[in-house]
Amino acid sequence: MNWLETVRAGAEAVRAHRMRSILTMLGIVIGIASVILTVGFGQGAQKEVKDEIDALGSNLLIVSPGSTTDSSGVRGGFGSATTLTLDDASAIGEDSVVPDAEKVAATTSTNAAVAAGETNWTTSVVGTTPSWLDVRTRTLEAGRFFTAEELAKGADVVVLGPDTASELFTGPTAANPVGQTVSIGGRQLTVIGVLDSSGASSTGTSEDDQAVVPISTAKSLTGSTDNAVSTIYVEATSADTLSAAYQEVQSLLLTRHGVAASDADFSISTQDSLVETANSTNETLTVLLTGVAAISLLVGGVGVMNIMLVSVTERIREIGLRKALGATPSVIGRQFLVEASMLGLAGGIAGVLIGVVGSWVLPSIIDQPVTLSAFATGAALATSLALGVGFGVYPASRAARLTPIDALRSE
Amino acid sequence: MTSEPIIELTAIRKTYRSGTIEFEALRGIDTDIAEGEYVAVIGPSGSGKSTLMNILGCLDNPTEGHYLLAGEDVSQMTETQLAEVRNKRIGFVFQQFNLLASLSAWRNVELPLIYAGVPRADRRARAVRALERVGLGDRVDNRPGELSGGQQQRVAVARALVTEPAMILADEPTGNLDSRSTADVLGLLDELHASGRTIVLITHEHEVAERAQRNLVIADGEITSDVPTARAGVIV
Ligand SMILES: Nc1ncnc2c1ncn2[C@@H]1O[C@H](COP(=O)(O)OP(=O)(O)OP(=O)(O)O)[C@@H](O)[C@H]1O
Ligand SMILES: [Mg+2]
Repeated sequence: MNWLETVRAGAEAVRAHRMRSILTMLGIVIGIASVILTVGFGQGAQKEVKDEIDALGSNLLIVSPGSTTDSSGVRGGFGSATTLTLDDASAIGEDSVVPDAEKVAATTSTNAAVAAGETNWTTSVVGTTPSWLDVRTRTLEAGRFFTAEELAKGADVVVLGPDTASELFTGPTAANPVGQTVSIGGRQLTVIGVLDSSGASSTGTSEDDQAVVPISTAKSLTGSTDNAVSTIYVEATSADTLSAAYQEVQSLLLTRHGVAASDADFSISTQDSLVETANSTNETLTVLLTGVAAISLLVGGVGVMNIMLVSVTERIREIGLRKALGATPSVIGRQFLVEASMLGLAGGIAGVLIGVVGSWVLPSIIDQPVTLSAFATGAALATSLALGVGFGVYPASRAARLTPIDALRSE
Repeated sequence: MTSEPIIELTAIRKTYRSGTIEFEALRGIDTDIAEGEYVAVIGPSGSGKSTLMNILGCLDNPTEGHYLLAGEDVSQMTETQLAEVRNKRIGFVFQQFNLLASLSAWRNVELPLIYAGVPRADRRARAVRALERVGLGDRVDNRPGELSGGQQQRVAVARALVTEPAMILADEPTGNLDSRSTADVLGLLDELHASGRTIVLITHEHEVAERAQRNLVIADGEITSDVPTARAGVIV
């Protein structure tokens, strides 16, 4: 009896007990579907984070106030600390001091209500310099960015993110908000440009919802007199000079602030390090959830073994008859092994289908992206087959070892 | 009569053990059965007839003694070799038919051919031919549940003859049948005998035993008489 015939006979036996086969597979179906979805969620979240960080620009160093490198925890209030200043930013901009920095943009950020006529929208108001557009590799959908002169005199101009623009301008002005007036904190600002979308995969990222103004304008809007900034973005000349730029910026700031490296009151991250940090928390969760799913797979495998043992007992007369008619022990063993594997594999396929459907449907329900990975899907199918084989071995060898006469005689 | 013994039994004993209780079902059986012979084994219930047939059919091993099947010592064979012997040389007909209820008549008849490695395409043709031979050409697609007892036993006979085995072992094949069906099945066995096959028929009915050429009478695990019947002289 060749393999093809054995598989055909196995399929027949699985079909003959349809309801029971489905119930047996259920454990594996649930296990495989949850493995696929958990891995999908994990990868979806990672991709989302990576896209967001990639959207920041390229070859970027992100300098923030406060240290997170020290074991004593964050030094200085993150964001509210005044350890980074506009002067730091312009020092980094000096070619002689930091030769590997291409461009520098300092930013401040506050949340404020922006009004256009009757419409109100609360968004993050970012104060920065004209270099911001290049450093953050952003482009404009309409209008222009502000100039150095506008920065110098603190002009009343604003560039809106695409989401902000569409929230604020809904009526006849929606088509072209450029030239319209918005008010922030009672001050009238002219919209001179609208940004293109940052291209980050998920919708509603803050990158597309912000109001960018000259940093001088931002300072006077908040009534602030200091020159503290919340982030300094430094673009290295290329990917190869990124670490050199890192060293240069670090030693410059340490000198300027007069502190030792161990007491640094600022921290510098690269995009890679940001991705890594974000993923490490993510990964722990994914591993944990995958572990739970794997346990349910194991339970599913035991279910297959249980049913196959019942099946051997139930079909003991059939086994005896087949042996009397010339089935060898290995043929009988193979038949049960194939049956168990088919239950496993069928469960795996059903699980993958549910996982795929789930990955289409779930994101719209729980607002989390799910990235299906071909590797995880293939591994899940292989696992389900292995489970069927693994847990089928014992029942199969029991069937193979039955002596024909004992099997025939049993009632 | 034909000469070569296909079956040679020497001092066959079979002891059943269940826990500490031992029961000797066969107590030294010595006999030869020649190729092409038609032998009926008769004896009262519990005398050891089925035990003997299970040993003849390589379904069970004797506790002691030697069984040579076509000159080969069966006790030396592995389970896989025994399976092949059962498949190629022996056709079984059981009292309880032993058909698989989920399979149609021809699929039941096909079973030994599957294990013989006959290609799928040939199997159906051969199974249908075997069913036609037992007069069930119009019942090939019926399941056992849709057939009468006599028809089921004829399906079982078709299954026994489909591989063209040299030997047919029938353990009370008519035990569950009425006189009409009994006549059908015995007629089929006569035909098989006529085509040169060795037949060992187990029964406790003397009229049935009379159809054979030779009667082996068993009582308490021993052969008490071994006599030719009226048909012994009939040359086939
Ligand atoms: N597996 C077994 N374990 C213990 N004793 C057994 C076993 N099989 C058969 N026997 C005993 O061996 C004896 C012979 O049994 P066997 O089935 O050969 O009888 P039989 O001649 O075929 O009877 P019947 O005409 O009723 O079918 C009986 O007494 C039976 O109880
Ligand atoms: Mg009996």
